[in-house]
Amino acid sequence: MKNDLDPMNAGEIPEEILRKWEAKGISRRDFIKFCTTMTATLALPLTFVPQVAAALEDKRLPVIWVEYQSCSGDSEAFLRANQPTAAEIILDIISLEYAEVIMAAAGHQAEKSKWVAMEKYKGQYLLIVEGAIPTGENGAYCTIGGESAVESAKKLIKNAAATITVGTCASFGGLPAAAPNPTTAVGVRDLVPGATIVNLPGCPVNADNLTATLVHFLTFGKLPAVDVLGRPKFAYGKRIHDNCERRAHFDAGQYAESFDDAGHRQGHCLYKLGCKGPEAFHNCPTIRYNEGLSWPVMAGHGCIGCASPGFWDTMSPFYRRLPQVPGFGVEATADKIGLGLVGATAAAFAVHGVASAFRKGDAMESDKVKKEE
Amino acid sequence: MLEIRYVWEIPVRVTHWINALAIVVLSITGLFIGFPYLIAGVDGGFVMGWIRFIHFVAAYVLTASMLARIYWMFAGNHHASWRAFLPWRTAEGRRNFIKMLRYYTFTGKQISYEVGHNPVAAVAYAGIFVLLIIQIVGGFALYAQYNPGGMMAASTAWILTLIDSQWLRLIHHAIMWLLAGFFINHVYSAALMDIKERNGTLSSIFSGYRYIEPKDL
Repeated sequence: MKNDLDPMNAGEIPEEILRKWEAKGISRRDFIKFCTTMTATLALPLTFVPQVAAALEDKRLPVIWVEYQSCSGDSEAFLRANQPTAAEIILDIISLEYAEVIMAAAGHQAEKSKWVAMEKYKGQYLLIVEGAIPTGENGAYCTIGGESAVESAKKLIKNAAATITVGTCASFGGLPAAAPNPTTAVGVRDLVPGATIVNLPGCPVNADNLTATLVHFLTFGKLPAVDVLGRPKFAYGKRIHDNCERRAHFDAGQYAESFDDAGHRQGHCLYKLGCKGPEAFHNCPTIRYNEGLSWPVMAGHGCIGCASPGFWDTMSPFYRRLPQVPGFGVEATADKIGLGLVGATAAAFAVHGVASAFRKGDAMESDKVKKEE
Repeated sequence: MLEIRYVWEIPVRVTHWINALAIVVLSITGLFIGFPYLIAGVDGGFVMGWIRFIHFVAAYVLTASMLARIYWMFAGNHHASWRAFLPWRTAEGRRNFIKMLRYYTFTGKQISYEVGHNPVAAVAYAGIFVLLIIQIVGGFALYAQYNPGGMMAASTAWILTLIDSQWLRLIHHAIMWLLAGFFINHVYSAALMDIKERNGTLSSIFSGYRYIEPKDL
Protein backbone atom coordinates (compact mmCIF):
# COMPACT_ATOMS: atom_id res chain seq x y z
CA MET A 1 0.00 0.00 0.00
CA LYS A 2 1.36 3.36 -0.94
CA ASN A 3 0.35 4.98 2.31
CA ASP A 4 2.01 2.54 4.65
CA LEU A 5 4.99 4.70 5.42
CA ASP A 6 3.47 8.04 4.61
CA PRO A 7 3.42 10.27 7.68
CA MET A 8 0.67 12.28 6.07
CA ASN A 9 -1.47 9.18 6.12
CA ALA A 10 -3.56 10.58 8.94
CA GLY A 11 -4.74 13.16 6.47
CA GLU A 12 -7.01 10.49 5.13
CA ILE A 13 -9.36 11.13 8.03
CA PRO A 14 -12.36 12.70 6.29
CA GLU A 15 -12.55 16.45 6.61
CA GLU A 16 -16.04 16.42 8.11
CA ILE A 17 -14.91 14.23 11.03
CA LEU A 18 -12.08 16.65 11.82
CA ARG A 19 -14.48 19.60 11.56
CA LYS A 20 -16.93 17.94 13.88
CA TRP A 21 -14.29 17.48 16.58
CA GLU A 22 -13.06 21.02 16.05
CA ALA A 23 -16.56 22.24 16.69
CA LYS A 24 -16.38 20.40 20.02
CA GLY A 25 -13.24 22.30 20.88
CA ILE A 26 -10.70 19.61 20.04
CA SER A 27 -8.14 20.77 17.49
CA ARG A 28 -7.56 18.59 14.43
CA ARG A 29 -3.96 18.20 15.50
CA ASP A 30 -4.99 16.79 18.89
CA PHE A 31 -7.57 14.52 17.33
CA ILE A 32 -5.15 13.13 14.73
CA LYS A 33 -2.57 12.67 17.48
CA PHE A 34 -5.07 10.75 19.59
CA CYS A 35 -6.09 8.51 16.70
CA THR A 36 -2.50 7.70 15.70
CA THR A 37 -1.45 7.09 19.31
CA MET A 38 -4.32 4.68 19.81
CA THR A 39 -3.59 2.91 16.52
CA ALA A 40 0.08 2.56 17.47
CA THR A 41 -0.73 1.35 21.00
CA LEU A 42 -2.95 -1.34 19.54
CA ALA A 43 -0.01 -2.34 17.31
CA LEU A 44 -2.09 -1.73 14.20
CA PRO A 45 -0.61 -0.36 10.97
CA LEU A 46 -1.10 3.35 10.34
CA THR A 47 -3.60 2.58 7.58
CA PHE A 48 -6.09 1.88 10.36
CA VAL A 49 -6.07 5.49 11.54
CA PRO A 50 -9.09 6.57 9.41
CA GLN A 51 -11.00 3.50 10.57
CA VAL A 52 -10.25 4.36 14.20
CA ALA A 53 -11.28 7.99 13.58
CA ALA A 54 -14.54 6.89 12.00
CA ALA A 55 -15.26 4.49 14.86
CA LEU A 56 -15.03 7.30 17.39
CA GLU A 57 -17.91 9.04 15.69
CA ASP A 58 -21.38 9.11 17.07
CA LYS A 59 -20.91 6.07 19.23
CA ARG A 60 -22.26 6.62 22.67
CA LEU A 61 -21.10 3.36 24.12
CA PRO A 62 -22.80 2.97 27.50
CA VAL A 63 -20.26 2.21 30.21
CA ILE A 64 -20.84 1.26 33.82
CA TRP A 65 -17.76 1.60 36.02
CA VAL A 66 -18.03 -0.12 39.41
CA GLU A 67 -15.62 -0.29 42.30
CA TYR A 68 -15.33 -2.95 44.95
CA GLN A 69 -12.23 -3.56 47.10
CA SER A 70 -10.22 -0.79 45.53
CA CYS A 71 -8.27 2.36 46.33
CA SER A 72 -9.76 4.20 43.32
CA GLY A 73 -6.24 4.38 41.95
CA ASP A 74 -7.39 3.14 38.56
CA SER A 75 -10.14 5.74 38.37
CA GLU A 76 -7.57 8.36 39.27
CA ALA A 77 -5.14 7.06 36.66
CA PHE A 78 -7.84 7.25 34.02
CA LEU A 79 -8.94 10.75 34.99
CA ARG A 80 -5.32 11.85 34.94
CA ALA A 81 -5.02 10.74 31.31
CA ASN A 82 -3.36 14.09 31.08
CA GLN A 83 -3.42 14.93 27.43
CA PRO A 84 -6.64 16.64 28.45
CA THR A 85 -8.08 15.85 25.06
CA ALA A 86 -7.66 12.11 25.51
CA ALA A 87 -10.02 12.15 28.46
CA GLU A 88 -12.32 14.52 26.65
CA ILE A 89 -12.45 12.35 23.58
CA ILE A 90 -13.03 9.21 25.51
CA LEU A 91 -15.68 10.82 27.69
CA ASP A 92 -17.28 12.06 24.51
CA ILE A 93 -17.47 8.71 22.78
CA ILE A 94 -18.63 6.75 25.80
CA SER A 95 -21.62 7.41 27.93
CA LEU A 96 -20.47 6.89 31.48
CA GLU A 97 -23.69 5.83 33.15
CA TYR A 98 -22.28 5.12 36.56
CA ALA A 99 -18.86 5.80 38.07
CA GLU A 100 -18.59 6.25 41.81
CA VAL A 101 -15.56 8.53 41.79
CA ILE A 102 -16.87 11.16 39.38
CA MET A 103 -20.65 11.05 39.46
CA ALA A 104 -22.68 13.74 41.18
CA ALA A 105 -25.45 11.48 42.40
CA ALA A 106 -25.16 9.78 45.77
CA GLY A 107 -26.92 7.22 47.91
CA HIS A 108 -30.07 5.48 46.72
CA GLN A 109 -30.31 7.83 43.76
CA ALA A 110 -26.93 6.69 42.46
CA GLU A 111 -27.76 3.04 43.10
CA LYS A 112 -30.95 3.42 41.18
CA SER A 113 -29.20 4.95 38.19
CA LYS A 114 -26.86 1.95 38.06
CA TRP A 115 -29.68 -0.58 37.85
CA VAL A 116 -31.70 1.57 35.49
CA ALA A 117 -28.70 1.76 33.18
CA MET A 118 -28.21 -1.99 33.44
CA GLU A 119 -31.81 -2.66 32.43
CA LYS A 120 -31.84 -0.03 29.71
CA TYR A 121 -28.63 -1.19 28.02
CA LYS A 122 -28.90 -4.89 28.77
CA GLY A 123 -26.40 -6.82 26.65
CA GLN A 124 -24.98 -3.63 25.15
CA TYR A 125 -23.11 -1.83 27.87
CA LEU A 126 -19.46 -2.25 28.70
CA LEU A 127 -18.75 -3.00 32.33
CA ILE A 128 -15.54 -1.76 33.90
CA VAL A 129 -14.68 -3.36 37.22
CA GLU A 130 -12.16 -1.86 39.60
CA GLY A 131 -11.12 -3.68 42.79
CA ALA A 132 -11.30 -7.24 44.00
CA ILE A 133 -14.48 -8.96 45.10
CA PRO A 134 -14.47 -10.45 48.62
CA THR A 135 -16.31 -13.77 48.70
CA GLY A 136 -15.78 -14.60 52.39
CA GLU A 137 -18.69 -14.53 54.88
CA ASN A 138 -21.21 -14.47 52.01
CA GLY A 139 -19.69 -11.31 50.66
CA ALA A 140 -20.26 -9.32 53.84
CA TYR A 141 -16.85 -7.61 53.60
CA CYS A 142 -17.99 -5.31 50.81
CA THR A 143 -21.58 -4.19 50.38
CA ILE A 144 -23.01 -1.32 48.39
CA GLY A 145 -26.53 -0.14 49.22
CA GLY A 146 -27.04 -3.31 51.24
CA GLU A 147 -26.07 -5.61 48.39
CA SER A 148 -22.87 -7.60 48.46
CA ALA A 149 -20.18 -7.03 45.85
CA VAL A 150 -20.52 -10.68 44.85
CA GLU A 151 -24.22 -10.32 43.99
CA SER A 152 -23.85 -6.93 42.35
CA ALA A 153 -20.83 -7.96 40.24
CA LYS A 154 -22.46 -11.19 39.08
CA LYS A 155 -25.56 -9.35 37.91
CA LEU A 156 -23.64 -6.60 36.15
CA ILE A 157 -21.22 -9.03 34.45
CA LYS A 158 -24.03 -11.29 33.28
CA ASN A 159 -25.90 -8.44 31.58
CA ALA A 160 -22.87 -6.71 30.04
CA ALA A 161 -21.74 -6.98 26.43
CA ALA A 162 -18.22 -7.35 27.79
CA THR A 163 -16.30 -6.69 30.97
CA ILE A 164 -12.99 -4.91 31.32
CA THR A 165 -11.16 -5.29 34.61
CA VAL A 166 -8.93 -2.38 35.45
CA GLY A 167 -6.03 -2.90 37.82
CA THR A 168 -4.56 -6.05 39.31
CA CYS A 169 -7.19 -6.33 42.07
CA ALA A 170 -10.11 -6.67 39.67
CA SER A 171 -8.06 -8.88 37.34
CA PHE A 172 -6.44 -11.32 39.76
CA GLY A 173 -7.43 -10.29 43.28
CA GLY A 174 -4.37 -8.11 43.77
CA LEU A 175 -3.60 -6.70 47.19
CA PRO A 176 -6.85 -7.74 48.93
CA ALA A 177 -6.17 -11.34 47.81
CA ALA A 178 -2.54 -11.32 49.02
CA ALA A 179 -1.70 -13.85 51.72
CA PRO A 180 -3.42 -14.50 54.06
CA ASN A 181 -6.35 -13.08 52.05
CA PRO A 182 -8.61 -12.47 55.08
CA THR A 183 -11.69 -11.60 52.99
CA THR A 184 -11.24 -14.43 50.43
CA ALA A 185 -10.99 -11.81 47.69
CA VAL A 186 -10.96 -12.88 44.04
CA GLY A 187 -10.70 -11.22 40.65
CA VAL A 188 -13.57 -11.15 38.17
CA ARG A 189 -12.29 -14.13 36.17
CA ASP A 190 -12.49 -16.31 39.28
CA LEU A 191 -15.87 -14.94 40.35
CA VAL A 192 -17.58 -15.52 37.00
CA PRO A 193 -15.56 -18.07 35.02
CA GLY A 194 -16.28 -17.97 31.31
CA ALA A 195 -17.48 -14.36 31.24
CA THR A 196 -16.51 -12.22 28.23
CA ILE A 197 -13.71 -10.34 29.84
CA VAL A 198 -10.43 -8.64 29.19
CA ASN A 199 -7.99 -8.08 32.03
CA LEU A 200 -5.99 -4.88 32.28
CA PRO A 201 -3.88 -5.51 35.37
CA GLY A 202 -1.30 -3.06 36.65
CA CYS A 203 -1.11 -0.93 39.73
CA PRO A 204 -2.65 1.28 38.54
CA VAL A 205 -3.97 0.37 35.11
CA ASN A 206 -2.24 2.32 32.36
CA ALA A 207 -4.86 4.79 31.12
CA ASP A 208 -3.56 4.53 27.56
CA ASN A 209 -4.11 0.78 27.54
CA LEU A 210 -7.65 1.21 28.83
CA THR A 211 -8.38 3.89 26.22
CA ALA A 212 -6.87 1.70 23.50
CA THR A 213 -9.00 -1.25 24.61
CA LEU A 214 -12.13 0.93 24.43
CA VAL A 215 -11.09 2.20 21.00
CA HIS A 216 -10.49 -1.36 19.84
CA PHE A 217 -13.97 -2.33 21.02
CA LEU A 218 -15.48 0.65 19.19
CA THR A 219 -13.49 0.06 15.99
CA PHE A 220 -13.88 -3.69 15.66
CA GLY A 221 -16.89 -4.42 17.86
CA LYS A 222 -14.97 -6.94 19.93
CA LEU A 223 -12.32 -7.13 22.61
CA PRO A 224 -8.63 -7.36 21.61
CA ALA A 225 -6.73 -10.68 21.40
CA VAL A 226 -5.56 -11.82 24.84
CA ASP A 227 -2.89 -14.07 26.36
CA VAL A 228 -3.46 -17.02 28.73
CA LEU A 229 -4.12 -14.61 31.60
CA GLY A 230 -6.77 -12.74 29.61
CA ARG A 231 -4.53 -9.69 29.10
CA PRO A 232 -4.50 -7.97 25.69
CA LYS A 233 -1.44 -9.00 23.74
CA PHE A 234 -0.86 -5.48 22.44
CA ALA A 235 -0.15 -4.34 26.00
CA TYR A 236 1.12 -7.46 27.79
CA GLY A 237 2.73 -9.43 24.97
CA LYS A 238 6.31 -8.41 25.67
CA ARG A 239 8.53 -8.75 28.68
CA ILE A 240 9.49 -5.52 30.42
CA HIS A 241 13.14 -6.63 30.58
CA ASP A 242 13.31 -7.08 26.81
CA ASN A 243 12.13 -3.56 26.05
CA CYS A 244 13.80 -1.84 28.98
CA GLU A 245 15.88 1.24 28.34
CA ARG A 246 18.41 -0.06 30.90
CA ARG A 247 18.75 -3.42 29.12
CA ALA A 248 22.09 -2.50 27.54
CA HIS A 249 23.50 -2.03 31.05
CA PHE A 250 22.18 -5.47 32.04
CA ASP A 251 23.94 -7.15 29.12
CA ALA A 252 27.08 -5.10 29.70
CA GLY A 253 27.22 -6.18 33.34
CA GLN A 254 26.70 -2.71 34.78
CA TYR A 255 24.47 -2.73 37.85
CA ALA A 256 23.40 -0.33 40.57
CA GLU A 257 24.05 -2.03 43.91
CA SER A 258 22.35 0.49 46.14
CA PHE A 259 20.03 3.41 45.58
CA ASP A 260 22.78 5.95 46.14
CA ASP A 261 25.83 4.51 44.39
CA ALA A 262 27.63 5.69 41.28
CA GLY A 263 26.00 2.98 39.15
CA HIS A 264 22.54 4.17 40.14
CA ARG A 265 23.43 7.77 39.32
CA GLN A 266 24.65 6.66 35.90
CA GLY A 267 21.39 4.87 35.17
CA HIS A 268 22.75 1.33 35.36
CA CYS A 269 20.55 -1.77 35.50
CA LEU A 270 18.46 -2.26 38.67
CA TYR A 271 18.61 -6.08 38.52
CA LYS A 272 20.63 -6.40 41.73
CA LEU A 273 18.19 -4.11 43.51
CA GLY A 274 15.50 -6.72 42.92
CA CYS A 275 13.98 -5.45 39.67
CA LYS A 276 11.31 -7.92 38.47
CA GLY A 277 11.44 -6.72 34.86
CA PRO A 278 12.76 -10.13 33.74
CA GLU A 279 9.52 -11.84 34.86
CA ALA A 280 6.95 -9.11 34.19
CA PHE A 281 4.90 -8.56 31.03
CA HIS A 282 3.63 -5.06 30.36
CA ASN A 283 4.24 -2.28 27.85
CA CYS A 284 5.53 0.18 30.49
CA PRO A 285 8.93 0.72 28.79
CA THR A 286 7.36 1.75 25.51
CA ILE A 287 4.15 3.51 26.55
CA ARG A 288 5.17 4.63 30.07
CA TYR A 289 2.74 6.27 32.50
CA ASN A 290 1.20 9.71 32.53
CA GLU A 291 1.26 10.23 28.77
CA GLY A 292 4.76 8.93 28.25
CA LEU A 293 6.30 10.97 31.05
CA SER A 294 8.00 8.18 33.00
CA TRP A 295 7.66 4.73 34.51
CA PRO A 296 9.23 3.11 37.60
CA VAL A 297 12.47 1.83 36.06
CA MET A 298 13.01 5.14 34.27
CA ALA A 299 12.54 6.89 37.60
CA GLY A 300 15.23 4.69 39.20
CA HIS A 301 13.17 2.03 40.99
CA GLY A 302 13.02 -1.61 39.99
CA CYS A 303 9.86 -3.14 38.56
CA ILE A 304 7.71 -4.99 41.14
CA GLY A 305 5.77 -6.98 38.54
CA CYS A 306 2.48 -5.32 39.51
CA ALA A 307 0.61 -6.68 36.45
CA SER A 308 1.28 -10.32 37.39
CA PRO A 309 -1.19 -12.53 39.28
CA GLY A 310 -0.35 -12.70 42.96
CA PHE A 311 2.50 -10.23 42.60
CA TRP A 312 2.34 -9.12 46.21
CA ASP A 313 3.26 -12.64 47.31
CA THR A 314 5.43 -13.94 44.48
CA MET A 315 7.37 -10.82 43.50
CA SER A 316 8.31 -9.90 47.07
CA PRO A 317 10.77 -9.16 48.60
CA PHE A 318 10.71 -6.30 46.12
CA TYR A 319 14.38 -5.49 46.65
CA ARG A 320 15.65 -9.02 46.11
CA ARG A 321 15.69 -11.13 42.99
CA LEU A 322 14.29 -14.32 44.53
CA PRO A 323 11.37 -15.05 46.84
CA GLN A 324 11.89 -15.85 50.50
CA VAL A 325 12.66 -19.50 51.19
CA PRO A 326 9.70 -20.77 53.24
CA GLY A 327 10.60 -21.67 56.81
CA PHE A 328 13.81 -19.65 56.95
CA GLY A 329 14.50 -16.23 58.44
CA VAL A 330 14.29 -12.91 56.64
CA GLU A 331 18.04 -12.69 56.06
CA ALA A 332 18.40 -16.20 54.65
CA THR A 333 18.50 -16.17 50.87
CA ALA A 334 18.28 -19.31 48.76
CA ASP A 335 21.97 -19.04 47.93
CA LYS A 336 23.08 -18.60 51.55
CA ILE A 337 21.09 -21.70 52.50
CA GLY A 338 22.55 -23.55 49.51
CA LEU A 339 26.08 -22.58 50.46
CA GLY A 340 25.41 -23.81 54.01
CA LEU A 341 24.10 -27.10 52.62
CA VAL A 342 27.21 -27.61 50.51
CA GLY A 343 29.46 -26.72 53.47
CA ALA A 344 27.63 -29.17 55.71
CA THR A 345 27.90 -31.89 53.05
CA ALA A 346 31.63 -31.32 52.68
CA ALA A 347 32.11 -31.40 56.46
CA ALA A 348 30.05 -34.58 56.83
CA PHE A 349 32.04 -36.40 54.17
CA ALA A 350 35.32 -35.20 55.59
CA VAL A 351 34.38 -36.78 58.92
CA HIS A 352 33.19 -39.90 57.10
CA GLY A 353 36.49 -40.05 55.24
CA VAL A 354 38.57 -39.85 58.41
CA ALA A 355 36.45 -42.54 60.06
CA SER A 356 36.71 -44.74 56.95
CA ALA A 357 40.47 -44.36 56.85
CA PHE A 358 40.77 -45.88 60.34
CA ARG A 359 38.25 -48.57 59.62
CA LYS A 360 39.62 -52.11 59.71
CA GLY A 361 38.71 -55.29 57.88
CA ASP A 362 36.73 -53.85 54.99
CA ALA A 363 39.46 -53.72 52.32
CA MET A 364 38.68 -56.25 49.62
CA GLU A 365 40.94 -58.68 47.76
CA SER A 366 43.58 -58.33 50.49
CA ASP A 367 44.78 -61.85 49.79
CA LYS A 368 45.66 -60.81 46.24
CA VAL A 369 47.76 -57.80 47.16
CA LYS A 370 51.45 -58.33 46.46
CA LYS A 371 53.99 -56.24 48.29
CA GLU A 372 56.46 -54.45 46.05
CA GLU A 373 60.12 -54.50 46.93
CA MET B 1 40.91 -65.19 39.69
CA LEU B 2 40.40 -61.45 39.01
CA GLU B 3 38.70 -60.64 35.74
CA ILE B 4 38.78 -57.46 33.72
CA ARG B 5 35.23 -56.61 32.74
CA TYR B 6 34.09 -53.98 30.25
CA VAL B 7 31.30 -52.28 32.22
CA TRP B 8 30.82 -48.67 31.05
CA GLU B 9 30.33 -48.45 27.30
CA ILE B 10 31.48 -45.42 25.32
CA PRO B 11 28.10 -43.58 25.32
CA VAL B 12 27.93 -43.95 29.12
CA ARG B 13 31.39 -42.49 29.62
CA VAL B 14 31.00 -39.74 27.03
CA THR B 15 27.62 -38.57 28.36
CA HIS B 16 28.98 -38.77 31.91
CA TRP B 17 31.79 -36.34 31.13
CA ILE B 18 29.67 -34.05 28.96
CA ASN B 19 27.09 -33.90 31.76
CA ALA B 20 29.79 -33.20 34.34
CA LEU B 21 31.35 -30.43 32.28
CA ALA B 22 27.99 -28.91 31.36
CA ILE B 23 26.82 -28.98 34.98
CA VAL B 24 29.99 -27.22 36.16
CA VAL B 25 29.68 -24.57 33.43
CA LEU B 26 25.94 -24.15 34.06
CA SER B 27 26.47 -23.81 37.82
CA ILE B 28 29.21 -21.19 37.52
CA THR B 29 27.38 -19.15 34.88
CA GLY B 30 24.05 -19.67 36.66
CA LEU B 31 25.49 -18.34 39.93
CA PHE B 32 26.66 -15.28 38.05
CA ILE B 33 23.28 -14.75 36.41
CA GLY B 34 21.57 -14.98 39.79
CA PHE B 35 24.12 -12.77 41.49
CA PRO B 36 26.36 -10.80 39.09
CA TYR B 37 29.35 -10.34 41.38
CA LEU B 38 31.53 -8.86 38.63
CA ILE B 39 30.54 -5.30 37.83
CA ALA B 40 31.74 -4.05 34.48
CA GLY B 41 33.42 -0.65 34.39
CA VAL B 42 31.95 2.49 32.93
CA ASP B 43 33.15 1.56 29.46
CA GLY B 44 31.03 -1.55 29.78
CA GLY B 45 31.49 -4.79 27.94
CA PHE B 46 29.12 -7.65 27.29
CA VAL B 47 29.74 -9.59 30.50
CA MET B 48 26.19 -10.68 31.29
CA GLY B 49 25.46 -11.13 27.60
CA TRP B 50 28.30 -13.63 27.17
CA ILE B 51 27.64 -15.43 30.42
CA ARG B 52 24.00 -15.92 29.55
CA PHE B 53 25.03 -17.08 26.08
CA ILE B 54 27.39 -19.68 27.59
CA HIS B 55 24.65 -20.75 30.04
CA PHE B 56 22.16 -21.32 27.22
CA VAL B 57 24.67 -23.16 25.02
CA ALA B 58 25.64 -25.41 27.93
CA ALA B 59 21.93 -25.98 28.59
CA TYR B 60 21.43 -27.26 25.05
CA VAL B 61 24.56 -29.44 25.37
CA LEU B 62 23.28 -30.94 28.64
CA THR B 63 19.86 -31.53 27.09
CA ALA B 64 21.35 -33.33 24.09
CA SER B 65 23.61 -35.40 26.34
CA MET B 66 20.71 -36.34 28.62
CA LEU B 67 18.59 -37.37 25.63
CA ALA B 68 21.45 -39.54 24.37
CA ARG B 69 21.85 -41.12 27.80
CA ILE B 70 18.12 -41.81 28.07
CA TYR B 71 18.26 -43.47 24.64
CA TRP B 72 21.19 -45.57 25.86
CA MET B 73 19.13 -46.65 28.90
CA PHE B 74 17.19 -48.75 26.38
CA ALA B 75 19.95 -49.57 23.88
CA GLY B 76 23.01 -50.15 26.08
CA ASN B 77 24.17 -53.06 28.24
CA HIS B 78 22.44 -53.98 31.48
CA HIS B 79 24.65 -51.66 33.56
CA ALA B 80 23.50 -48.73 31.43
CA SER B 81 19.85 -49.83 31.43
CA TRP B 82 17.15 -47.88 33.26
CA ARG B 83 16.69 -51.02 35.37
CA ALA B 84 20.15 -50.52 36.89
CA PHE B 85 18.93 -47.28 38.48
CA LEU B 86 15.97 -48.86 40.24
CA PRO B 87 17.46 -51.54 42.52
CA TRP B 88 14.36 -51.44 44.74
CA ARG B 89 12.40 -53.34 42.12
CA THR B 90 13.77 -56.71 43.29
CA ALA B 91 14.08 -58.30 46.71
CA GLU B 92 17.78 -58.87 46.09
CA GLY B 93 18.23 -55.22 45.14
CA ARG B 94 16.46 -54.11 48.32
CA ARG B 95 18.65 -56.44 50.40
CA ASN B 96 21.82 -55.15 48.77
CA PHE B 97 20.68 -51.56 49.22
CA ILE B 98 20.31 -52.10 52.97
CA LYS B 99 23.66 -53.87 53.09
CA MET B 100 25.41 -51.00 51.33
CA LEU B 101 23.62 -48.36 53.37
CA ARG B 102 24.74 -50.15 56.56
CA TYR B 103 28.30 -50.16 55.30
CA TYR B 104 28.22 -46.41 54.62
CA THR B 105 26.75 -45.67 58.05
CA PHE B 106 29.29 -47.87 59.88
CA THR B 107 26.61 -50.28 61.03
CA GLY B 108 27.71 -53.13 58.77
CA LYS B 109 31.05 -54.45 57.56
CA GLN B 110 29.99 -56.17 54.35
CA ILE B 111 29.48 -54.25 51.14
CA SER B 112 27.29 -55.49 48.36
CA TYR B 113 29.73 -56.47 45.66
CA GLU B 114 28.57 -55.30 42.25
CA VAL B 115 29.92 -55.25 38.73
CA GLY B 116 28.04 -52.03 37.91
CA HIS B 117 26.50 -49.44 40.22
CA ASN B 118 26.22 -50.20 43.90
CA PRO B 119 22.54 -50.01 44.90
CA VAL B 120 22.82 -46.87 47.07
CA ALA B 121 24.70 -45.02 44.34
CA ALA B 122 22.17 -46.20 41.75
CA VAL B 123 19.28 -44.73 43.74
CA ALA B 124 21.20 -41.46 44.10
CA TYR B 125 21.79 -41.36 40.34
CA ALA B 126 18.09 -41.94 39.68
CA GLY B 127 17.39 -38.92 41.91
CA ILE B 128 20.00 -36.88 40.05
CA PHE B 129 18.41 -37.79 36.72
CA VAL B 130 15.07 -36.52 38.01
CA LEU B 131 16.64 -33.30 39.32
CA LEU B 132 18.42 -32.71 36.01
CA ILE B 133 15.20 -33.20 34.06
CA ILE B 134 13.39 -30.72 36.34
CA GLN B 135 16.31 -28.34 35.87
CA ILE B 136 16.26 -28.66 32.08
CA VAL B 137 12.49 -28.36 31.67
CA GLY B 138 12.21 -25.54 34.23
CA GLY B 139 15.20 -23.77 32.74
CA PHE B 140 13.69 -23.80 29.28
CA ALA B 141 10.37 -22.57 30.68
CA LEU B 142 12.19 -19.54 32.12
CA TYR B 143 14.28 -19.08 28.98
CA ALA B 144 11.16 -19.17 26.77
CA GLN B 145 9.82 -16.02 28.45
CA TYR B 146 11.79 -13.89 26.02
CA ASN B 147 9.16 -14.73 23.42
CA PRO B 148 5.78 -15.44 25.05
CA GLY B 149 4.17 -16.07 21.66
CA GLY B 150 6.77 -18.63 20.59
CA MET B 151 6.72 -22.39 20.35
CA MET B 152 9.01 -22.93 23.34
CA ALA B 153 6.82 -20.74 25.53
CA ALA B 154 3.70 -22.55 24.31
CA SER B 155 5.16 -25.98 25.08
CA THR B 156 6.33 -24.95 28.56
CA ALA B 157 3.29 -22.83 29.46
CA TRP B 158 1.78 -25.68 31.52
CA ILE B 159 4.66 -25.38 33.99
CA LEU B 160 3.93 -21.74 34.68
CA THR B 161 0.28 -22.52 35.30
CA LEU B 162 1.42 -24.96 37.99
CA ILE B 163 3.99 -22.70 39.56
CA ASP B 164 4.79 -19.01 39.44
CA SER B 165 7.97 -18.13 37.53
CA GLN B 166 9.56 -16.66 40.67
CA TRP B 167 9.11 -19.93 42.59
CA LEU B 168 10.46 -21.77 39.57
CA ARG B 169 13.56 -19.57 39.75
CA LEU B 170 13.94 -20.43 43.43
CA ILE B 171 13.71 -24.13 42.60
CA HIS B 172 16.26 -23.65 39.80
CA HIS B 173 18.67 -22.23 42.39
CA ALA B 174 17.88 -24.88 45.01
CA ILE B 175 18.50 -27.77 42.61
CA MET B 176 21.82 -26.26 41.61
CA TRP B 177 22.88 -26.37 45.26
CA LEU B 178 21.63 -29.94 45.62
CA LEU B 179 23.73 -30.87 42.59
CA ALA B 180 26.73 -29.16 44.18
CA GLY B 181 26.18 -31.26 47.31
CA PHE B 182 25.83 -34.36 45.16
CA PHE B 183 29.10 -33.52 43.40
CA ILE B 184 30.98 -33.67 46.72
CA ASN B 185 29.21 -36.87 47.71
CA HIS B 186 29.85 -38.46 44.31
CA VAL B 187 33.57 -37.74 44.14
CA TYR B 188 34.08 -38.74 47.77
CA SER B 189 32.16 -42.02 47.46
CA ALA B 190 33.92 -42.94 44.23
CA ALA B 191 37.30 -42.36 45.84
CA LEU B 192 36.29 -44.24 49.00
CA MET B 193 35.08 -47.29 47.11
CA ASP B 194 38.09 -47.15 44.80
CA ILE B 195 40.30 -47.47 47.90
CA LYS B 196 38.20 -50.06 49.70
CA GLU B 197 37.06 -52.24 46.81
CA ARG B 198 40.34 -52.12 44.87
CA ASN B 199 38.41 -52.61 41.66
CA GLY B 200 39.39 -49.54 39.65
CA THR B 201 36.17 -47.62 40.28
CA LEU B 202 37.73 -44.22 39.59
CA SER B 203 39.59 -45.23 36.45
CA SER B 204 36.59 -47.14 35.13
CA ILE B 205 34.80 -43.91 34.16
CA PHE B 206 37.77 -43.14 31.89
CA SER B 207 38.49 -46.64 30.59
CA GLY B 208 35.22 -48.47 31.07
CA TYR B 209 36.97 -51.45 32.75
CA ARG B 210 36.60 -52.74 36.28
CA TYR B 211 38.40 -55.56 38.07
CA ILE B 212 35.97 -58.15 39.30
CA GLU B 213 36.46 -61.25 41.41
CA PRO B 214 33.59 -63.49 40.22
CA LYS B 215 33.68 -65.51 43.48
CA ASP B 216 32.58 -62.42 45.43
CA LEU B 217 29.52 -61.76 43.32
